[in-house]
Amino acid sequence: MAHTLAQKILQAHTDEAITAAGRIVRCRVSLALANDITAPLAIKSFRAMGAKKVFDRDKVALVMDHFTPQKDIDSAQQVKLTREFAREMGITHYYEGGDCGVEHALLPELGLVGPGDVVVGADSHTCTYGGLGAFATGLGSTDVAGAMALGETWFKVPPTIRATFTGALPKWVGAKDLILRLIGEIGVDGALYRALEFDGAAIEALSVEGRMTIANMAIEAGGKVGLFAADAKTLAYTASRGRKDVALAADPGATYERELTFDVSGMEPVVACPHLPENVKPVGEVKGVTLDQVVIGSCTNGRISDMREAAEVLKGRKVAKGVRCIVLPATPGVWKEALKEGLIETFMESGCIVGPATCGPCLGGHMGILADGERAIATTNRNFRGRMGSLESEVYLASPAVAAASAVAGVIAHPGSL
Amino acid sequence: MSYTGTAHKVGEHIDTDAIIPARFLVTTDTKKLGENCMAGLEEGWVKRVKPGDVMVAGRNFGCGSSREHAPIAILGAGMPVVIAHSFARIFYRNSFNMGLLLLEVGDEVDKIADGDTVEVDAAKGLITNRTTGATITCPPLPASMRELLDKGGLVPYVKERLS
Repeated sequence: MAHTLAQKILQAHTDEAITAAGRIVRCRVSLALANDITAPLAIKSFRAMGAKKVFDRDKVALVMDHFTPQKDIDSAQQVKLTREFAREMGITHYYEGGDCGVEHALLPELGLVGPGDVVVGADSHTCTYGGLGAFATGLGSTDVAGAMALGETWFKVPPTIRATFTGALPKWVGAKDLILRLIGEIGVDGALYRALEFDGAAIEALSVEGRMTIANMAIEAGGKVGLFAADAKTLAYTASRGRKDVALAADPGATYERELTFDVSGMEPVVACPHLPENVKPVGEVKGVTLDQVVIGSCTNGRISDMREAAEVLKGRKVAKGVRCIVLPATPGVWKEALKEGLIETFMESGCIVGPATCGPCLGGHMGILADGERAIATTNRNFRGRMGSLESEVYLASPAVAAASAVAGVIAHPGSL
Repeated sequence: MSYTGTAHKVGEHIDTDAIIPARFLVTTDTKKLGENCMAGLEEGWVKRVKPGDVMVAGRNFGCGSSREHAPIAILGAGMPVVIAHSFARIFYRNSFNMGLLLLEVGDEVDKIADGDTVEVDAAKGLITNRTTGATITCPPLPASMRELLDKGGLVPYVKERLS
């Protein structure tokens, strides 16, 4: 049968024939991932399973990125426990400290994920690697512990929703706007239990980093994966990270459960309003909303292209008085490149706080927590009530350009309006 | 598997940050997580729960992060079952792996109000609202989920595979 991208990748990792969506298959995994919040639970389950070693010490990644640099004694204990496990198991890809970054920015940068891989991570934004053409999905800690022990896991073969983006992107409209528009259209459970597959002229024109931004938020529509074909751009990206991959695309004539088309011509940047990623409005409809904090970073928009986009807006301008603008380049690699290109200087001259590579405030962990009644705009992925701090605070989601423009204006603003 | 308890009803798209906010994720202890169950919805929410009570929710319960701490917090609070219109997929897998029973009932969930006494017979796939007399028939559990529950969750399952 003609396979969608999701079915095609799963088929290459299972001995069972995939003939239709809905079937449950056992699949070999290319990489199993956990972080400083989820690894301790995975290790607890791994031990309880009676497992003595991981299935392949080169195919397990442990990235200490959420509450790091360790924010308190309890979080330090969790990292310590994970570090000791990594040593005991001889795990190659354990990251903590100066070589560590936000996991979903770090692993693609290190060439640990690529087209055709099946990646399971105890982190919901594992779906980011779909931007490279990997069937990558979030699971819980115990599921990942099982994968770490057995090198395989089960999946229900998902039906696929195809999202086609046509037209040329206007200035100041990018990947973040496209995925927010889709979530606004189908809702936070619009792709529940389903794969999303992205194509069209606007997608082909996007950078690989932009595609990862879109794939990253597939979970915010409830999706299992957000997949992109691996084209010449993808292969150039992974080759630059030392990989040898081959092109990958859905079979012609594959069956899609639903097909959606979006014309991006003339589109305005959008923001997701509190308290769900589906509350999407054109930036013009919310302009003027006052802000206390701006966050630029995360696994969604913490890559070098995001830093460049924010710096383009901030250059020669100042962050409004009374607003804290926190910039967190997502990996040491991004940080160094931003330094080399003068972007860090731009951020500092503008009055931003530039911090370490960490998930930090995205999940209300540390380094930028909101008080009662405070409001933020962030390039992150979730704006659930209380996500960034107090239950009485608010988070708006937007692109780096809109976040940076809003930092300057002190209110939500269109970058073209400065 | 039969349970009777008071229904604690919550809304739609209840995310894992509501079930257990990230600031409490510095432990893997069931009891400690249970003490803060639903603290992201309302501080002290869990005080209303007695052991054996049942969580009842709208669409897409458990959306958001992959944290397994969410089903653990619900179990730690003393609730062995969640009835919802629908569940987010990572939460769904996690719950069965942890031994938390989930029943997906669609619009029928409206037959249960906050504070009603509900009886759940998982084997028969029957939910009875003891307060109103209404009944809900649940679709059978997928075979793979039943196998996991029969084995006692994913940990015993993998243990068996490894031995």
